[in-house]
Amino acid sequence: MSAHRIIAFAGLAAALVLPLALQAADQSFYVGFASRVLIWAIAASSLNLVLGYGGMISFGHAAFVGTGAYVSGILIAEGVTSAWIGWPVAMLASAVLALAIGAASLRTRGVYFIMITLAFAQMMYYLVNSMKAYGGDEGMNLPARAVLGFGFDPGNEVTFYYVVLAALFAVLYATHRLVHARFGRVIVAIRENESRAEAIGFPVYRYKLVCFVLAGAAGGLAGALLASHGKYVNPSVLHWTQSGTLMIMVILGGVGRLWGGALGAGVLLVLEHLIAEHPIPWLLTLAPDYPQHANLGVGLVMLAIVLYAPQGVAGLFSRKTGKEHG
Amino acid sequence: MAELLEIHSLAKRFGGVVATDDVSLEVRAGEVHALIGPNGAGKTTLVAQLSGSLAPDAGTIAFEGRDITRLAQHERVKAGLARSFQLTSIFGRLSVLENLALAVQARSGSSLSFWRPVAAEHALTDAATDVAGEIGLAERAQVPAGELAHGEQRALEMGLALATRPRLLLLDEPMAGMGPEESQRIVALIERVRTGVAVLLIEHDMDAVFRLADRISVLVNGRVIATGAPGEIRANEEVRKAYLGDEALST
Repeated sequence: MSAHRIIAFAGLAAALVLPLALQAADQSFYVGFASRVLIWAIAASSLNLVLGYGGMISFGHAAFVGTGAYVSGILIAEGVTSAWIGWPVAMLASAVLALAIGAASLRTRGVYFIMITLAFAQMMYYLVNSMKAYGGDEGMNLPARAVLGFGFDPGNEVTFYYVVLAALFAVLYATHRLVHARFGRVIVAIRENESRAEAIGFPVYRYKLVCFVLAGAAGGLAGALLASHGKYVNPSVLHWTQSGTLMIMVILGGVGRLWGGALGAGVLLVLEHLIAEHPIPWLLTLAPDYPQHANLGVGLVMLAIVLYAPQGVAGLFSRKTGKEHG
Repeated sequence: MAELLEIHSLAKRFGGVVATDDVSLEVRAGEVHALIGPNGAGKTTLVAQLSGSLAPDAGTIAFEGRDITRLAQHERVKAGLARSFQLTSIFGRLSVLENLALAVQARSGSSLSFWRPVAAEHALTDAATDVAGEIGLAERAQVPAGELAHGEQRALEMGLALATRPRLLLLDEPMAGMGPEESQRIVALIERVRTGVAVLLIEHDMDAVFRLADRISVLVNGRVIATGAPGEIRANEEVRKAYLGDEALST
C-alpha cells in the first residue's frame, strides 16, 4: 500500500513539473500532446469504471465522449463560451444518453450487451455525421476554447494542461472514493457474481445503470475537454474504432485498477506517437512504410501485455495480483 | 402454527414440458419442511419460482400473508425470503468476511453511497463476523472464499443467505457433492439455525431429511403427491411406489 502511495505521488509530482520541464527543454509542442494524453486518460478511466469495476463490456463508450465533445462544441459555437456552463452541460448530456442506452442494453448479457452498446454508439455516430448545421461529416472548427475566467487563459497550453490534469485527478479521486464506498462494493460484487448479488438482495440492474450513467458523465467531461483542446470536433470521436481504442487502453493499463485507464492511455498514445514520428532508421530500410502502421506496434504491445502482464501495466506495480479490487 | 409460506396452484411449463404442475404447499413458521423427489421432479424450477428468478405461468405465492408472486428477487430478500444455491455461488475473490459483509450491507439501508468508505462501517463487519462464527468459519474469515475447502464453501453458501436475516431459508440441496463427514457439519448447522428461522429444505440425502424435517413433501412429475410427518411419508404407499426405494424406507 505505501509503495503504491509513493508511486502515485511520484507520478503526480512528475505530472506537475512536466510542462515546466518541457518548456525548459524548448519542447513546448509536447505540452499540447501531454494534455491530449491526459484527456484520453480521463476517457479510459471512465470506461474502466464500467468495464473494470462493473464488469460490463461496453463497446460504445466513444458515444459518451463524442456527445460531450459535440455538446460543449455546439455551445461554444452558439456563443455559450463559459467552461463552467459548457462542461457540466456536456457531462449531463452524456449522462442522459448513458441513462437511455444503459436502460435498454443492461437488460441483456454477454455478447448481446457488447453488440447493443456498439449499435447505439454507431447510431450516435451517424447522427452527428448528418448534423449539417454543425459540420456534418467534416466536423466543426471552434473559434476558441471554453472560457475559464478567474484570470486563467485557456489558450495558453500550460494553463490548459493544468486544467486537464486537475480534471483527471478529480475523476481518479472520485473513482477511488466510489470503489471503496458501499456502491463500489456492490458493483464489484455484481462483476464477481451477478446472480448471487441479486440473491442477497441487491437490485442489480439499478446499480449497473447508475454505474453506467456515472461513467457516461465522466466520458462526457473528457469529450468536452477534447473539443476545447483541439478547438475542433468531428464525428470520428464517436466512431466504433474509438470505442475499441478505449477498451485497448483499459486492457493495456489494467482492468479494474484505479490507474489502469490513465496508464493505458499514456502507453498507447506515446507508443503511437513514437512509431509515427520517430522512425527507427534500420527498421525504416527494412519496412519503409511502417510508421503509417502504428496499429501494428500497438498490436504487438497488446500481445506482450496479454502474455506477460495480464493485469496490465498497473499490475506490474502491484505484487498482490488478482486480489486487489479497489 | 401459522403458515409462513403458502404456495397455491403454482404452474410452470417450458414449451411442451411441464416442470411445475399445480403445486400447492405450505411452510409453517418455525418448521423445517423438506421437499424431496426424484431427479427431474421439478424441484429446481420450484426454487427458482420461489426465489423470484423465474416467473410462474399460473398460481400464487404468499409470504407472511402477502402476495409475493410478482416481486423481484431482491424484494423477496427484503421481505425475508433468502435462498442458497445447489451449485456453490459465492464471491470467490473476496474474503469470507467481505462475502458476508456484502449480504449484511444488502439488508441494511441503501447502498447508493458513493463517498464514505465502507471500511468505516464497523456495524457491517461486526454483523458479518457474527455470521462467520455462526457457520463455523470464524477462523477463516480473512481467506478468499475461492480458496476454502468444498465443505467450507457450502457453509459460506448458507451463510450468505443467513446474513440477510431471513425468516424463511430456502436451501437448495445444501449437502450436494458432500462426503458423510461434511454433510454432518451442514446438518449440525441447520440444527443450530432452525431455532431462529423456518427452512424449506430441498435435499437428496435421505438420512439428513428424515433427521431434520418436521414435515416432508414429495414432488413427483411437477406435483406434490404427499405431505406429512416423516413417519407418514415413510408409510405412504404412493410415495413408496413413485419414489423411495425400499432400503431408504427401512432405515
